[in-house]
Amino acid sequence: MIVSYFVPPAQSWKDDFAIWFEILAAFAFVLGAGNLLKMHLQKVSSRQAGWGFSVITIVAFLVTLVVGLGKVGVNPNAAFPEYAWSGNKMEPGSSWFWYIFEYVYLPLAATMFALLAFFIASAAFRAFRAKNIEAILLLGTAFIVLIGRTYAGIILTDWLPEPLRFDRLTEFIMDVFNSAGNRAIMIGISLGIVSLSLKILMGVDRSYLGSEE
Amino acid sequence: MFVFFRDLDRRWIFLAMFLAIAIPLLIGIRFPEEPSQMVRNVYQEIDQLEEGADILLAFDFDPASQGELQPMAAAFTRHCALKKHKLYFMTLWPTGVPMIEQNIRILTTEFPEYKYGTDYVNLGYKPGMEVVIQSIVSEGNLQELFTTDNAGTSLKSHPMTEKLGDILKMNLIVNVSAGTPGAKEWVQYAATPFNLNMVAGTTGVGAPALYPYIPKQLRGILGAIKAAAEYEQAMIEKFPDLKENKDAQEGLRRMGPQLVAHLLIIGLIVVGNIIFFVDRRRGTTS
Repeated sequence: MIVSYFVPPAQSWKDDFAIWFEILAAFAFVLGAGNLLKMHLQKVSSRQAGWGFSVITIVAFLVTLVVGLGKVGVNPNAAFPEYAWSGNKMEPGSSWFWYIFEYVYLPLAATMFALLAFFIASAAFRAFRAKNIEAILLLGTAFIVLIGRTYAGIILTDWLPEPLRFDRLTEFIMDVFNSAGNRAIMIGISLGIVSLSLKILMGVDRSYLGSEE
Repeated sequence: MFVFFRDLDRRWIFLAMFLAIAIPLLIGIRFPEEPSQMVRNVYQEIDQLEEGADILLAFDFDPASQGELQPMAAAFTRHCALKKHKLYFMTLWPTGVPMIEQNIRILTTEFPEYKYGTDYVNLGYKPGMEVVIQSIVSEGNLQELFTTDNAGTSLKSHPMTEKLGDILKMNLIVNVSAGTPGAKEWVQYAATPFNLNMVAGTTGVGAPALYPYIPKQLRGILGAIKAAAEYEQAMIEKFPDLKENKDAQEGLRRMGPQLVAHLLIIGLIVVGNIIFFVDRRRGTTS
């Protein structure tokens, strides 16, 4: 990729590399699936703690795999009615794979994400303390942004001049302080990557080979 | 009372959060929204394009984040259809295909005049993360990578993709993302090097990291449900018929629970700090 970027005749290599990456990525799925099966079968066979969850994982994986690859319940594509497997595997209302996704995976994934709200509330109560100046600044900013991101920000501060309204202050915090902080972090990381890359390319840093230098 | 709060079992907090979300949802509390300048900028990018403009809708999110991102994905899809743009859906997330199909259902139900292959096409999922982006910006590579659409039909058989070579002809890239690969990668590998216009929608936690790219590399972003609700409000102002369409106000509906939940969190922080200071004064803080 580096060569194709800097050497004009080699620019097409980038596209070839991308296509090969695409092929390798497809194989990575097979390896990933194989690894998942191996790990969980080992857990079940050695009766490790929580092996029952591994059984559920293996069964769920195999059922989804068979249903998805076999296109169970899928109607043939209208353009190719003679080919049974030509339909869309996510066909709503008939495909079993669609049912699994819609009624098992989707609610489970959404539930896991939604649990965050409960743990954030608990953490806010127990850990968000105004112990020092930095914590007070963080707390103050959090208050403004939390209120400013709802209609409460307008109701509570509508009497203030517009730039001081919480919804406007939230925009200001995001546009100015947040952008500046994030840019600084990004530039810092980029300079660090360039510096480390140069050190490795020039042989100054050999720690990746196990050397202490 | 003080002892009760100091030793508060966290299950009470969970119950309070559950009620803070459930009651406003069940009652249907709604609040007015005023689109911010950022939301108006994003809105304007789609609105100002001439009818029939080519728009790439890259929906890089999954069911876990659809509660936060689907309202804005739906708003983008609906807005593009109202403006009669040509839509190219794709995703870099394996679980993103059903997210695209949810939005295609909006087209099939609300815009029956929209025809698949002529007005919109579902390119589906491609493995390879950001490498896919790098590939499809190269001339002619889009059809090499995407030989068929999501249903397996050759792209050459659709009028709108018959001669589609790369994504450089797109008038706008609209990305809705919940992580990597997502908006950041689209900015780095497509929008910035090839000067493509791009707007993005992202989760609340993802939005701060995208602000540094605004306004040159990224025209604007929608951050979380609040921005989705403001976008819906901006659409209602321009297309008043949407007032009758409840599906087009999902973001606005979700702002009620968000307000109550935010107030609850602020209340919990205040109570937690009162306990902390009282304990410290008594010398009992660990």
